[in-house]
Amino acid sequence: MFASVRSSGSRLPSSVELNGSQELEAPASLRCHDLWTCSPLVPECRLWDPVHMFLTPVVPDWPFYNLDTMFVRGLKRKCFDGEEDIEGTLAGIKAIPSYNLQRQSLLDMSLVKLQLCHMLVEPNLCRSVLIANTVRQIQEEMTQDGTWQMINTQSTGQASLDRLVSTDILCRSSREQAEGKHVPGYTTYNKDFEGDQAQDSSETMSTASSVQVPRNLQSNVWEMENPQENKGNFQKSLDQIFETLENKSPNSVEDLFSEVDNSYYDLDTMLTGMMSNSKMGHCDGLETFSSPTATASNSNCKSDLNELDHIVEILVES
Amino acid sequence: ATGDKGGRVVIFQREQENKSRPHSRGEYNVYSTFQSHEPEFDYLKSLEIEEKINKIRWLPQQNAAHFLLSTNDKTIKLWKISERDKRAEGYNLKDEDGRLRDPFRITALRVPILKPMDLMVEASPRRIFANAHTYHINSISVNSDHETYLSADDLRINLWHLEITDRSFNIVDIKPANMEELTEVITAAEFHPHHCNVFVYSSSKGTIRLCDMRSSALCDRHSKFFEEPEDPSSRSFFSEIISSISDVKFSHSGRYMMTRDYLSVKVWDLNMENRPVETYQVHEYLRSKLCSLYENDCIFDKFECCWNGSDSAIMTGSYNNFFRMFDRNTRRDITLEASRESSKPRAILKPRKVCTGGKRKKDEISVDSLDFNKKILHTAWHPMENIIAVAATNNLYIFQDKIN
Repeated sequence: MFASVRSSGSRLPSSVELNGSQELEAPASLRCHDLWTCSPLVPECRLWDPVHMFLTPVVPDWPFYNLDTMFVRGLKRKCFDGEEDIEGTLAGIKAIPSYNLQRQSLLDMSLVKLQLCHMLVEPNLCRSVLIANTVRQIQEEMTQDGTWQMINTQSTGQASLDRLVSTDILCRSSREQAEGKHVPGYTTYNKDFEGDQAQDSSETMSTASSVQVPRNLQSNVWEMENPQENKGNFQKSLDQIFETLENKSPNSVEDLFSEVDNSYYDLDTMLTGMMSNSKMGHCDGLETFSSPTATASNSNCKSDLNELDHIVEILVES
Repeated sequence: ATGDKGGRVVIFQREQENKSRPHSRGEYNVYSTFQSHEPEFDYLKSLEIEEKINKIRWLPQQNAAHFLLSTNDKTIKLWKISERDKRAEGYNLKDEDGRLRDPFRITALRVPILKPMDLMVEASPRRIFANAHTYHINSISVNSDHETYLSADDLRINLWHLEITDRSFNIVDIKPANMEELTEVITAAEFHPHHCNVFVYSSSKGTIRLCDMRSSALCDRHSKFFEEPEDPSSRSFFSEIISSISDVKFSHSGRYMMTRDYLSVKVWDLNMENRPVETYQVHEYLRSKLCSLYENDCIFDKFECCWNGSDSAIMTGSYNNFFRMFDRNTRRDITLEASRESSKPRAILKPRKVCTGGKRKKDEISVDSLDFNKKILHTAWHPMENIIAVAATNNLYIFQDKIN
């Protein structure tokens, strides 16, 4: 099982490795269990904690203190010390450096990197493209793995694996509520918005909720703290967003967009893949929300509900 | 010449050899300093344009003055650096201190005389090539015809004439119609040293394309495509990032080219597209640290590389102020350090070694003690002699061969 993860090849591979999926075979329930009950999730939450993020330097001092705090011991060893004894990593279920966990952390890290671009100076396009490709690669692998629970097959014409996805921890927890089971991983964000309308409400809500990473960043922390209380409100707000997006005509969106040449710099649009359809209006509103005020809003992770109402207000008015 | 983050260019010149020590080469000293670029603000995008100098290229010298091209993210400037060591005295219309003489006071004419003065080096911008790049310029390369040059940004390459500043030709454009589909950017470009119609450009996916400008006006279709097949056993999430080519340089002979990716330097024969002829590992011990290097962004560092004059050796930088040299003939390599402690003037550099295993020998440095803030991204080798320039963060080191 997990033992086979690291036994391939004479040369120990780098920290996060794209192994064949058969090597990672573990019961789905076990994998979910890893992600939801293991303590690593708590330090992982710190990655999302905006306060923490800004108190500590984004670029950690050598050697990798951030990863040290985030990962369990076994995972850390796997990450940095490829040559050390790997049997120690199998000491127990909790100490197993779950490949999924590693991969997810890498995905989280990548998305945070994409977020944290300099707002004053144009971000480095090469770096952004490389990080985005990494995210895409992880997404593809997770899709193939079956970790992606929500592969939309209705619009297979559009369901290209090249779409970028956004983190959606909210969606995960809300679907968990709806379906009554733990579901790890992220949802695919389908560009064909119309195709999603046919789906059940939980799916549409989750698709709509995956519209923006920064909001989800804050929401995630908030969600961790008050899952029950805010979920209902959030669902209502998302339904409102959903309606607004439906009504938005594509033409105005394209007009909006035709003048912007360096749209790639807009991380929100890039991440949500909303550039060519009706969601642009939504994104437009959100980008004005998130881009200039990212710094300010990130530092206040507890006022998310108010901010969410604010977003909805912008959308409804636009 | 060196360019810094503040937009300044500093030019060093080698002094005349000291007559009392005839076998020792002269030392390099500052020759000229000037502000090449200033910070600007793009009002349309509400973004600052950094004045940081990205690349400097010398033009072949044609007269007493020196010309160089320097570029920041958006604008390329042609600078003329000239010396003035004579001053004219005895003007008719002006006094010695410059004041105009009263015409009625002039009773006789005289011919001004040139008198020697202290050497003054003047740098003046002769051409400013602006507004041609939407994205950040990463390369400039002067053509062998000495009349044109190319400038490359992330998605486009433009061809300029040195005399014409209001027009440039776009010769490569890899911008997709839908920016969402962007997965590859241009990372470096260079003209062939002898064939003025040939240039190459490298990409973030580890590929190099050679283009011939005679084939079409827009060189989107390459003439040759260089890519090494990926080793499936070493595939990881970081494979693409570390395969991204940060620098490409033709050999002086024009037969080979060298590419630098994150962990290695590869020498390619222009006649063979499917794999490089030589591969040199620069710091393979970092392969197990890619996760952390990704986190602290070091994995995106763009190292340059260079050939020596005879193409027998190549050099590139690494971390901890280390730089590496590879002898292509003997296959020997050496790691040296550019730091004040280890570089007393005239002292011979001691080879350094990074210890990767468990047991650290004396004088070795373990991978975990490397300082990743001290990176050597820029190195240059004298085209004819064994003199190298190595740029550490705030210091420029110039080393030369030990002369017997």
